[in-house]
Amino acid sequence: MSARKRAALAVFAVWDFVVGDDWRVAIGVAVAIAVTALVADTSVAAWWVLPVAVVVLLTDSLRRAMRH
Amino acid sequence: MSGQQLGLAVAVFLACGVEAVEALTIVLAVGATRSWSSALWGVGAATAVLAAIVAALGPALTALPIGVLRVAVGGLLLVFGLQWLRKAILRASGLKAVHDEEAIFAEEAEAARATARAKGAFDGYSFTIAFKGVLLEGLEVAFIVLTFGANQHDVGLAAVAAVAAIAVVVLAGVAARAPLARVPENNLKFAVGIMLTSFGTFWGGEGAGAHWPGGDAALLAIIPALAVLSLATVALLRRGAAERAGVAESVHA
Repeated sequence: MSARKRAALAVFAVWDFVVGDDWRVAIGVAVAIAVTALVADTSVAAWWVLPVAVVVLLTDSLRRAMRH
Repeated sequence: MSGQQLGLAVAVFLACGVEAVEALTIVLAVGATRSWSSALWGVGAATAVLAAIVAALGPALTALPIGVLRVAVGGLLLVFGLQWLRKAILRASGLKAVHDEEAIFAEEAEAARATARAKGAFDGYSFTIAFKGVLLEGLEVAFIVLTFGANQHDVGLAAVAAVAAIAVVVLAGVAARAPLARVPENNLKFAVGIMLTSFGTFWGGEGAGAHWPGGDAALLAIIPALAVLSLATVALLRRGAAERAGVAESVHA
């Protein structure tokens, strides 16, 4: 196996390990953390952002899993 | 021991106890559902890394960007936790596909991995989760010892109180291991999904700069709230499935 192919497989393995079978959840979590950081920089409380994101992401992920 | 020293010891004991319980919860969760040996390897590796960091940095440890670490660990736990929770909810509500080839392949692959784990093979998932949880909480314990201890000019006493708190929590964890083994696997996986998602929410929020109402005590609200939401979702999905089955039966009748 060539070095390039091994590197590609390693990248895929890390992606599969971290992201799992629903990449939208991983993107959603990253966005929610970024929004939390942005809100935390203002005078508004930021603790509620991630709980709301969890409800939205879980509901959306369940809906897609049921459709398939 | 003076009243001030007693106050320092009690404060450090309680604060470090809370951090140790958080780390223990994560280790028990992945150990009971996936691989005890890999989770314990994760604990050992995190302890070694922590010891090296403390030895190398000493009091300069408090300059480490703990917020960045919290965001990384919290984000990863959230991604893992949400996927565990989705699968656990689908399984508990009876909606997990039976005649889907992808699902059958995934189940066979999981069965193969489970067999490998039973034979003591290394499980990267358990190792990583335990490693990150213990490293993050261990760093927080070190911060508490250094900041509380330095304030009172008694880092030694603070360190003894921290070690005592960790010892008590570890003993409690060893005692909890046997009863955990008797809990049905699906229920455990459901609980692990809730735990990973709750801790991920808490640490991710803290790392991003959010201040939780009540500090660490917020976890005592996040965990039951997520459990209630998940159980309510299972009940809703079960009712929907039963109604669809009823309609299908009346159509065929």
